[in-house]
Amino acid sequence: MGSTSSTLSKIPNADELIQETGFTSAHLARLFERFEALDKDKKGYLSPQDFEAIKELALNPICDRIIGAFFSSGQEMLDFSSFVRILAHFRPIDNNRTKEPNSPDPINSRINKLKFAFQLYDQDKDGKISRNELLQVLRAMLEKQVTEEQLESIADRTIQEADLDRDDAISFEEFRKSLEKVNIDHKMSIRFLR
Amino acid sequence: MGFLSSVKPVCIVLISFAVLALLSFGANAEDSPKPTTTKPPAKPTEHGPIYTAPPQPLPEPEKSYLPLFTLNYPRVQIPFEITLWVLLASFAKIGFHVYHKITIWVPETCLLISIGLIVGAIMHSVHEQPPAVLTSSVFFLYMLPPIVLDSAYFMPTQPFFENVGTVLWFSIVGTLWNSIGVGICLYGVCQIPALGVQDINLQENLLFASIISAVDPVAVLAVFEDVNINEQLYIVAFGESLFNDAVTVVLYNLFNHVAELPVVDAADVFLGVLRFFLVGLGGMLFGLVFGFVAAFTTRFTRKVREIEPLFIFMYSYLAYLLAELLSISSIMAIVTCALTMKYYVEENVSQRSCTTIRHVIKMLGTVSETLIFFFLGVVTITTDHEWNWGYILFTILFAQIWRGLGIVVLTQIINPFRTIPFNFKDQFGLSYGGLRGAITFALAYTLPNTIIRKKLFITATIAIIIFTVFIQGISIRPIIELMNVRKTNWKLGTINVEIHTRLMEHITAGVEDLCGQWSHHSLKDKFMRFNNRFIRKILIRDNRPESSIVALYKKLELQNAMEVLDTISGDISAAPSLISLHEEKASNKSSFKPKRTFLASDLTAMHEILSKNMYKIRERTMSYTNKHTLPNDSRAREILVRRHTSIRRSLRARSFQGSESARSQKYFSLPLGQSLDTGYATESIRLNADGDPALELHNRSVRPKPRPRSKQPRFSTTRARLDPLQELHSTVNMEDEVRAEESSHRPSRQSSSSSNSRSRAPLQRHSSLGTPSVGEDDPEGDEQQLESPPPAWTPEPPDRGSGGPRNPLLRRAQWKPQDK
Repeated sequence: MGSTSSTLSKIPNADELIQETGFTSAHLARLFERFEALDKDKKGYLSPQDFEAIKELALNPICDRIIGAFFSSGQEMLDFSSFVRILAHFRPIDNNRTKEPNSPDPINSRINKLKFAFQLYDQDKDGKISRNELLQVLRAMLEKQVTEEQLESIADRTIQEADLDRDDAISFEEFRKSLEKVNIDHKMSIRFLR
Repeated sequence: MGFLSSVKPVCIVLISFAVLALLSFGANAEDSPKPTTTKPPAKPTEHGPIYTAPPQPLPEPEKSYLPLFTLNYPRVQIPFEITLWVLLASFAKIGFHVYHKITIWVPETCLLISIGLIVGAIMHSVHEQPPAVLTSSVFFLYMLPPIVLDSAYFMPTQPFFENVGTVLWFSIVGTLWNSIGVGICLYGVCQIPALGVQDINLQENLLFASIISAVDPVAVLAVFEDVNINEQLYIVAFGESLFNDAVTVVLYNLFNHVAELPVVDAADVFLGVLRFFLVGLGGMLFGLVFGFVAAFTTRFTRKVREIEPLFIFMYSYLAYLLAELLSISSIMAIVTCALTMKYYVEENVSQRSCTTIRHVIKMLGTVSETLIFFFLGVVTITTDHEWNWGYILFTILFAQIWRGLGIVVLTQIINPFRTIPFNFKDQFGLSYGGLRGAITFALAYTLPNTIIRKKLFITATIAIIIFTVFIQGISIRPIIELMNVRKTNWKLGTINVEIHTRLMEHITAGVEDLCGQWSHHSLKDKFMRFNNRFIRKILIRDNRPESSIVALYKKLELQNAMEVLDTISGDISAAPSLISLHEEKASNKSSFKPKRTFLASDLTAMHEILSKNMYKIRERTMSYTNKHTLPNDSRAREILVRRHTSIRRSLRARSFQGSESARSQKYFSLPLGQSLDTGYATESIRLNADGDPALELHNRSVRPKPRPRSKQPRFSTTRARLDPLQELHSTVNMEDEVRAEESSHRPSRQSSSSSNSRSRAPLQRHSSLGTPSVGEDDPEGDEQQLESPPPAWTPEPPDRGSGGPRNPLLRRAQWKPQDK
């Protein structure tokens, strides 16, 4: 693998990215190499087909949603900085960071991780997880294991548990609240990205 | 319960088993039968029972009469003594809980050892010897497997596998570190002439060190559980103790062998290391194989449910024995066997077998452990000790130092690989919680006699055990509470949490794949996929892969159902039938009794029944007298449900706002075919006035004792209301059965109804089901269902945020239509 500095020089606005995402330059270089490896046609950007070509990812039950999260605004091209910005969500939270009062939360803060997960449910981006959206995700995750009946019951129960303002949908606040006791950092971090 | 009154039973218990002890020991010590005929000893005497030989034919032709009472002790000696010992130890356990506060502050192992000490003192004073039953083979073949099986079977698998690296790291490397470190230090100490232990060579020191590095934090785990300590620490302590036993036994055998060699050279060391790995991995492999075979066998045990538990025990024990045969790590074998077996077996066997298995395993493990500790106490007093201040004190010192050091160093190395690193307090908890226990003692006691200083080792072992168990065991609870180690927030997770965490795990696995990395998420995913595709098909009888989400959902529903019953079970006579029906369905479901056909719909039906039974419970209790008025019973049900829920809530005497409402919300629904305006307007009294005449009628027919709806103090109303509930069962039972039959034949109907229902109106589903089961005018009933809910539907917790009249019914009736 090439030396870090040479790889870094190929990355446009590397410093800015490092600043914004909190990755180290070594990580950034590694990610760039991965980006290039995925970009088989050397287009300089990634398309959904490149993602689908990763076979382990294709086996993931929610792979289309994950891909959708990367290509969020319907665009077909993912450049490196967007790639890295989204991956920054999965950095483990560093607890030693001093909180400057006015700076925005880092990308990998708990809230942003939760927002990322929320957006995987909420495909129509109305800020709520409706029953249908929940059903779709459940269906994807449970595949053929349960009947439609059970799926519906489970979806009902889920909404009932979380839905505090009784609008039959789960808003982000309710989502966050229902997960307040869960160690999100543990679930949504990739260790090597520390 | 005054203290005095609880002291009395303790004294009685103590005296009775002291007496029993003497009984058994006296019997043991007697070596020649006295040729007298006596009655079997009904009361114990100081000299033990006197027993006779069978009447000897005398040389003279004197007539010997048929003895009326004979005593033949040797015949029953062994089982008799074993039983007495076990009983004795169990009495001790009962005795502890007489004054229950003791067990909070003093771990049970301490108490057991104390009782053992007392009994030992008694025995010593009458110059008895403890029965020489604890030999090496008895321990390793009979007493150790239950203990290990118990720990392994009840290990929570998921957190374990998430932390398996850490666990193995701490147990294997940690034990090695401890043994070698302590051994070498002790060897160094031995060189000091002043202590007079120069004849202990390095091998023996290492052997001894390996014995005392076996950590057995049973007591500490109990404290951890009580204090609700964070999961990571708990699972690492648990796992470490388990695998640590395996490593210790392997090292013990290794060093034992080596200790007998006059000279040790490099080849031996190398072979030793190689053997270590071979033994460990071999044990694991063995365990896996046996685990799978056991799971496979249980696939076919549908017709022989009574002996299902037997397979589990036999297979694990067989794994253990075969591993012993081949001198590979039997503990690893039985542990891996239990871990692999558990997952598949619990799906194949019936509910009862599952319970039996768990209970028996727990029982055997407890008995075994109790006996060993008890024996420890006895032996402490009765054997001759060789006390050597220097050696023993240094042992304790080094053991503590090396353990603490080991934990710190190992944690530093492994923390970067963990997503939840251990902080300092965790490390302290882990190292301070390193009590020594049963295995240490047994290993020391069964040292071969070729070791010259065996007595010293035994004494030192007992000393360190007593030191750690008493001092550390008693003090760890206040220390942990003082230090405020991270606690866990675990409770039976909500469905939300389960689903969302699963989603997040998928996301993370996906992103990991994206980055071309693997970690335990993707491994876990891969394994689960493999598992579902191949393994489950082979090993599980009725392979309906059940996602954990669905399992959790069922569990929660069942729990809710039980809770509902709990609140009214005191007054409802028919509640048992409900529960039994429930459990039967539940157990049917969980044991996957395969039906010939209709598997899907049966499953659906059962699921419906499970989930709807809950709602039905309320229905049942409510709509009892509606047996003759079926077409309209739905409405009555509505009222009654609402009434019931308020009763439930008022029984709990909690505030009616906020969180509780979220739960009880579920059981509210809109009456069929009515909008919110009719009949359930905000004005309470209107309930009587408005609404259908049928409604009115039903109310009256429903409630045998008409109750004024206004202004009654809350609790008297509820209590009064409970009476009508009592009569409400049998019809609903009948309805249920009808419904059950119907439901299995009408999956389509159910799907339409359920797709329509909201979480807040499970009753609607019931109503919709009710109509088909009852009348033949099904299609309209359904259509009605489909139309009515959407327009007028904003059920609110009746008293959310509102004071309302004290009458629960009125309160509930205060739904605000279209409020949100």
